[in-house]
Amino acid sequence: MSATTASAAPRSSIPGRAKDQRASVALGRRRARVDAIIRILCTVATGLGLLFLVSILATLVVKGAGGISLSVFTEVTRPPGSHGGLLNPIIGSLIQVTLATLIGTPIGLLVGTYLAEYAGNSRFGHVVRFVSDVLLSAPSILIGLFVYQLLVLPFGGFSGWAGVVALAIIVIPVVVRTTEDMLRLIPNTLREAVIGLGAPKWKMIVLVCWRAAISGIITGVLLAVARVAGETAPLLFTSLGNLNWSLSLSQPMSSLPITIYSYAGSPYEDWITLAWAGALIITLGVLGLNIVARAVLRARR
Amino acid sequence: MNQNLGTDTAAPAAATQAPATAQPPSGTFGGMAARSSALMNKARIAIRDLDFYYGTNKALKSISLDLPDRQVTGMIGPSGCGKSTLLRVLNRMYSLYPGQRAEGQVMLDGQNIVDPDMDLNALRAKVGMVFQKPTPFPMTIHENIAFGIRLHEKLSRAEIEERVEWALTRAALWPEVKDRLHSSAMGLSGGQQQRLCIARTIAVRPDVILFDEPTSALDPISTLKIEELIDELKQDFTIAIVTHNMQQAARCADQVAFFYLGELVEVAPAADLFTAPRQKRTQEYITGRFG
Repeated sequence: MSATTASAAPRSSIPGRAKDQRASVALGRRRARVDAIIRILCTVATGLGLLFLVSILATLVVKGAGGISLSVFTEVTRPPGSHGGLLNPIIGSLIQVTLATLIGTPIGLLVGTYLAEYAGNSRFGHVVRFVSDVLLSAPSILIGLFVYQLLVLPFGGFSGWAGVVALAIIVIPVVVRTTEDMLRLIPNTLREAVIGLGAPKWKMIVLVCWRAAISGIITGVLLAVARVAGETAPLLFTSLGNLNWSLSLSQPMSSLPITIYSYAGSPYEDWITLAWAGALIITLGVLGLNIVARAVLRARR
Repeated sequence: MNQNLGTDTAAPAAATQAPATAQPPSGTFGGMAARSSALMNKARIAIRDLDFYYGTNKALKSISLDLPDRQVTGMIGPSGCGKSTLLRVLNRMYSLYPGQRAEGQVMLDGQNIVDPDMDLNALRAKVGMVFQKPTPFPMTIHENIAFGIRLHEKLSRAEIEERVEWALTRAALWPEVKDRLHSSAMGLSGGQQQRLCIARTIAVRPDVILFDEPTSALDPISTLKIEELIDELKQDFTIAIVTHNMQQAARCADQVAFFYLGELVEVAPAADLFTAPRQKRTQEYITGRFG
């Protein structure tokens, strides 16, 4: 007994009991079991998510593709049964989403840049960040009501501009968040390298930091576009929708989501088909925009 | 043509200084004996009684040190001893961070660098810095070099081209990139990226170049190239290099400063410091007894 302890002397400095091989093997089996369970749970959850996504897309394609024809893009909305199209909602949506993105992106970009590059950990920065995050998760109908109070009531009626402003307000916090997150990913050593050459801070931000973060920022803008392209609630109180052809932003303006909303709820077969077609057009439009942007970014590399 | 530009760079530095008392004997790379007997040049930067604070924590204690003109000063010492902090005083990098402040004198061309009124962009044009990790900007190789030039000089397109080629040649990178100047700098290898950063720094034609552990993220071959480059660059630039590698300090530096706990323990010509240190702490550090 004493001889064996003596031979194991170098190991006796390790505290605790000697290693139990059987317990070790049992622990290994337990690990493998837990691993298998986690893997199954993750796979099932992924499958479930994909199932819903695929079924939504499949329904959309099956029901929408039947409604798509050239006249959808060339004819304006007409009363049921008279072979109308979706030209004015498509153009209306394009105008409002484009203007909202053009207005919201620079504001969001500058606010996000302020938060990442200037505010630091200041109290004001925290307040701005918090407000922006609240806005990000605010129900969009509230934003619609806000713009209704701000632009519709005082100026005597629904208008395209009111719709644009409501959508821009939704774009801003999305762009703020992604811009700040992307700029914070840039290592400080890169900033020091720019400053170390004798560059003023604004040149560091505009010429180097924005460039380093550009792909992330563009992804954020695309997310915002995808979100506002499908927004219905904020437009109900602002641009309202317009069954007639109109490009005037001071008049009520048609849009795809509103048209889908009113057509899909109608009892008319041809309107319901058009609603499906409109939903497919929005989806393909957002998808196409994403693919193009990714291709452009990759080509730049 | 490159040669002409090279001597051109040295000219203003020489003009503002009294004629250098003793040119470092060139071609004595690795020649320790020659180096120890060589006199140090006149100071380009003179540091006197410099204190530095991170908030209330005093990181540098009454440092006095001369950086001799167109020679290499190596700074060694264990982590946290203040050598990088000193480097970041010399181009006021610390001013980016509130709460960090320096007191004392750091004289360059008759101006006190740590003076709050100092024009920082002009200072950084004069005192360039190369960092531990290569920091290429997300743009083409050409734009990386031209970026710094355009900050400080209004040059024609042809002059920019000429300067870019000169800088890349001096940084020993030109042959490797001359056919891909307009592709992204992010595609270069780590060693190439670091030489690009050196090219970017010298393109601005500073008087002083600070190297903050420039090879600690690089493989041995790239390290050797950078060390050869530093030896080459000291013809025209005053150089300070922070390194954890004592062999590197012995190979590159004309004088070596040993820092410990925020104090400058000893400064001496490289050969003297490594062969006959005057201080016990220096001897213990260079023989690996602590650090």
